[in-house]
Amino acid sequence: MTPTYYLLLSALLFTIGAVGVLVRRNAIVVFMCIELMLNAVNLTLVTFARINGDLSGQVMAFFVMVVAAAEVVVGLAIIMSIFRTRRTASVDDSNLLKY
Amino acid sequence: MSTVLLLAQDQPLPPTPKVEAPPLTAIWPILIVLGAACVGVLFEAFLPRHQRWPAQVVLTLLAVVGAGLQLAFYLTDAPAAGELAMFGTLAVDRPALFLWGTLLALSFGAVLLIADRSVEPGGAFVATAAIRPGTLQDRAQVTATGMQTEVFPLTLFALGGMMIFCSANDLLTMFIALEVLSLPLYLMCGLARRRRLLSQEAAVKYFLLGAFASAFFLYGLALLYGYAGSVRLSDIAAAAAGTDRSDTLLFAGMALLIVGLLFKASVGPFHTWTPDVYQGAPTPVTAFMAACTKVAAFGGILRVLQVAFEATSWEWRSVLWGVAIVSMIIGAVLGLTQTDVKRMIAYSSVAHAGFLLVGAIALTEKGLSATLFYLLTYGFTTLAAFGVISLVRDSSGEATHLSQWAGLAKRSPLVAGVFTFILLALAGIPLTSGFVGKFVVFEAALADGMAPLVVIALVASAVAAFFYLRVIVLMYFSEPAADGPTVTVPGAFTTAAITLSVVVTLLLGIAPAFALDWAAGGVFAIR
Repeated sequence: MTPTYYLLLSALLFTIGAVGVLVRRNAIVVFMCIELMLNAVNLTLVTFARINGDLSGQVMAFFVMVVAAAEVVVGLAIIMSIFRTRRTASVDDSNLLKY
Repeated sequence: MSTVLLLAQDQPLPPTPKVEAPPLTAIWPILIVLGAACVGVLFEAFLPRHQRWPAQVVLTLLAVVGAGLQLAFYLTDAPAAGELAMFGTLAVDRPALFLWGTLLALSFGAVLLIADRSVEPGGAFVATAAIRPGTLQDRAQVTATGMQTEVFPLTLFALGGMMIFCSANDLLTMFIALEVLSLPLYLMCGLARRRRLLSQEAAVKYFLLGAFASAFFLYGLALLYGYAGSVRLSDIAAAAAGTDRSDTLLFAGMALLIVGLLFKASVGPFHTWTPDVYQGAPTPVTAFMAACTKVAAFGGILRVLQVAFEATSWEWRSVLWGVAIVSMIIGAVLGLTQTDVKRMIAYSSVAHAGFLLVGAIALTEKGLSATLFYLLTYGFTTLAAFGVISLVRDSSGEATHLSQWAGLAKRSPLVAGVFTFILLALAGIPLTSGFVGKFVVFEAALADGMAPLVVIALVASAVAAFFYLRVIVLMYFSEPAADGPTVTVPGAFTTAAITLSVVVTLLLGIAPAFALDWAAGGVFAIR
């Protein structure tokens, strides 16, 4: 099986994540879509590490995982705080700031 | 497999490679800032509540000043061509040192604004962020004297991330620095004492859009890794200079990477978060974010464009032309329609990001030094602007609606005068730093053959000057409303921050030569 398929798969996952961020309404789901994008990047990195015969791509995937974990900590704290106030995590209801 | 094992048994083990500790002289400023941030976290854990504020303020200011002194000390015998630190992941060259100095000076002013407790009793930050807005406890805490002192270590972490960001020599370091600078800012945006719903909404928007943009940056990184087999900027440049590798990977990767960077720098059309976040965040945080993030983001953009992608500039330059034009027009035109002074400054920052991009795509030494100088001038002017905005208040907090600013000159001629000076500097009137900054950037762009872009930039700055002048007219030639806002007399911290910024703005407008010389001290180290 050629590694190119993995690249296509990861591009597909990244696109699904990006579209999800744009069309979904719940902040948690939007955030999960962003995580999907990050994991698609991980797959790309590992595939390129295989193609290039170079380990640094695999190491970079670990860095991305650590950053994603830190992002979850900060992101869920912020989404929690807004959910406790409004009893909803819908990004459409956060519309006080405009124009 | 078995033969390899047999061979390994036959031969003596190779000598362990000697790992030398990297020389740290060059990066002491970063280590001081990040070390102090860790100490600040320990303060939060171990000090009793009433001792935290003084301890954190002293620690933060000492760290910023100490890092600045260390930087000045290093500058006395820094190698002119720059050097690499931390196994080549950080390039400490002249532009990086200039940006570090700018960041430290700006964040000194921003920390003074953050630490201020005279304008708003207890400070601009919420006493306990975990309390739900709108409840009885929340109404009680508006007048409470405490604040979440975690803001200080968060500021230092963000500052450390910014300093790493503008000297990162490979894309992975740049990505980590991007997150280290962004994550504390997301949190700080949501900590306003008043109008907490707006503040939390700003934090959610900034977080979701920021994480979205960093995912794009990361995918760009991955594609460029696939293209060049390395994420080191100089390796990408070498791969792009002459190979038969896939151009698709190079340009797709580069586009995604640049989108992530332009988002951080709030260049239009990637600016959508800017007005909301600038308006909702606590004003001292907005000042920090507007001044320092812009400096760091453009530091990163300059380095990526000039080090990694210079060889392919023929292909991408026209696209960034378009982006710069869009950014200048969005900033100038939408700024006209704003009724909130913080949002107006936010759109002004989008227009300024367009001007900065004009300087950044002039891939010459002159373009580099002009953009660095513009960052210095813009940072201090914005810092002063938000410092003044935090002073005009009514019973519900800051009075940011423009109609409330009518006739301000009659209530407080001094504050109106200072704000007028700042607005003139943002508009780029002579004798202010804004004029010199625009002049050098446009001159560099002209010298690099971008005359049409300079003409558009001049038109955009004329349009933008209109909405700055509108505020000046409003302050001087309207009658103040009977129940209008009052101007708070600031304490030592805010006074010091505003004075520092105004003096720098004036000084760089009258005698800019010394700062221009610093900015022109050298180019990026390409290794």
